[in-house]
Amino acid sequence: MTSAIHVTGLNKVYDNGFQALDNIDINVEKGEIFALLGPNGAGKTTLISAICGIVTPSAGQVMVFEHDNVKAYRKARSHIGLVPQELTTDAFETVWNTVCFSRGLFGKSPNSKLIESILKSLSLWDKKDAQIRMLSGGMKRRVMIAKALSHEPDILFLDEPTAGVDVELRKSMWEQVHRLRETGVTIILTTHYLEEAEEMADRIGVIDKGKIILVEDKNVLMKKLGKKELVLELYKPLKKLPESLATFKLQLANDGQQIVYTYDSTKEDNGAVTLLDALKQDGIKCKDFNTRQSSLEEIFVGLVGKK
Amino acid sequence: MNLHGIAAIYKFEMNRTWRTIGQSIASPVITTILYFIVFGSAMGSRITDIDGVSYGAFIVPGLIMLTVLGQSISNAAVGIYFPRFTGTIYEILSAPLSFVEVAIGYVGAAASKSIIIGSIVLATAGFFVPLDIQHPILMAFFLVITCVTFSLLGFIIGIWADGFEKLQRIPQLVVTPLTFLGGSFYSITMLPELWQKISLLNPVVYLISGFRWSFYESSDVSLGVSITMIFIFMALCMAVIGWIFKTGYRLKN
Ligand SMILES: Nc1ncnc2c1ncn2[C@@H]1O[C@H](COP(=O)(O)OP(=O)(O)OP(=O)(O)O)[C@@H](O)[C@H]1O
Ligand SMILES: [Mg+2]
Repeated sequence: MTSAIHVTGLNKVYDNGFQALDNIDINVEKGEIFALLGPNGAGKTTLISAICGIVTPSAGQVMVFEHDNVKAYRKARSHIGLVPQELTTDAFETVWNTVCFSRGLFGKSPNSKLIESILKSLSLWDKKDAQIRMLSGGMKRRVMIAKALSHEPDILFLDEPTAGVDVELRKSMWEQVHRLRETGVTIILTTHYLEEAEEMADRIGVIDKGKIILVEDKNVLMKKLGKKELVLELYKPLKKLPESLATFKLQLANDGQQIVYTYDSTKEDNGAVTLLDALKQDGIKCKDFNTRQSSLEEIFVGLVGKK
Repeated sequence: MNLHGIAAIYKFEMNRTWRTIGQSIASPVITTILYFIVFGSAMGSRITDIDGVSYGAFIVPGLIMLTVLGQSISNAAVGIYFPRFTGTIYEILSAPLSFVEVAIGYVGAAASKSIIIGSIVLATAGFFVPLDIQHPILMAFFLVITCVTFSLLGFIIGIWADGFEKLQRIPQLVVTPLTFLGGSFYSITMLPELWQKISLLNPVVYLISGFRWSFYESSDVSLGVSITMIFIFMALCMAVIGWIFKTGYRLKN
């Protein structure tokens, strides 16, 4: 696997003495979708800005497809498209001009066919001659995505791409991200919608207080840290759980129609079989059951809380 | 060299110019007309010729310089300050552009606009006094080099400024006195000797003197000295910009 982004020992101390990045090492492979998760102020935007050349790191190195982003900044940067977190757009330019401008900045010759297809895919085609100040916030965000895609980047950074975007549009953006990945684009995104990372990412990096806490394949992470819930549907609702079942720490749900058993899926013996035996002995009959994985959000809160 | 990148910045800035060209032109043209009414006609008729040139004609080069200096500085300053202010500078910083290319784009556009406005002021002056330009090519050279040099200065101010206040005050505070005391409206040989010496510290003196020579073949300082001084000033601005880019001063965190 070639790495798209390879960061080693990256530090950032802002002028006011605040250390926003603390010895970051991270490797993003070509073609993957990598999610950076962390609470407000964790350093996600700073990390992206340092990779893209907007913030000067205090120490460390960033390689973009094996090009040093300082020494070979032209080569490194021409691979990257960035959609920043803040909605920063020109006010008076038209959508069409501003997207063409971005393409030019990256040294690409004009290509109206391509710009047209990008605008169409983002449902911006009918707004192409509108001044940006006349667009809604969600539309502006899409203009910024169009700008980033205009120069055909191999790596796309999306810093909280769906902040302020309605549910429907969010879903369509997820689809777009997957389509982009299919064309070979590497995608790095940050998000507060943890559901989003779960939905989209192949790997997840958790960052807090300027440190990478862990980087893990999403599925492995879910398995590793995931608690599972076994939900049993009862024939007859129970008013109270029998004393004999106390060791299982069960919960009654849905007016006594369900028993919920939480267990650690990483343990060799998860106790589910013993529970079923115990229920049989007490004459409690089940008509159905299912298991549920705890969401990334729960995992994440657990992780950050621990530190 | 990222030529498409330079062209993109230049085009973007020129689009901005065309959107606001009405305002940009109106004010210098009106100012020029006022100067001609007051100094050219009303007072000028009482003032004797200077170096064999009528007073109305004498002030034309100075008036053009006055306009062009102010325009160059404010165009370039606003051009780079605005993206810093709105945050759209992120795109310039993350693009595969060298800082020299960025400067060429912004300074080139600002200078172009000033040259256009300078030419319009010149044409306006033509309505009031007969224009007789002895060395048109040299005149164009002075116009262009002045616009470029002061756009460089404006670019520096636009990067240094951290508020609109500074952005507007500095040109007023610096440029107006320098041009007024730079011999726009008089020949510095008319000053007492001490003030003549002090005047020679003012870079604008050399600009106006050289520019005026291209019109009337009369000047306060020799042509060679004028041209040398302009290039020194230009080199100075470039050195400062080079330093800004090297350190990322006020551009990057
Ligand atoms: N220019 C700056 N000067 C000083 N400190 C800064 C600067 N920019 C950011 N910081 C600080 O660095 C820390 C990390 O900020 P950053 O924007 O990278 O966080 P983030 O993870 O993107 O947060 P969010 O999820 O809210 O976007 C914060 O504590 C912030 O206050
Ligand atoms: Mg952020």
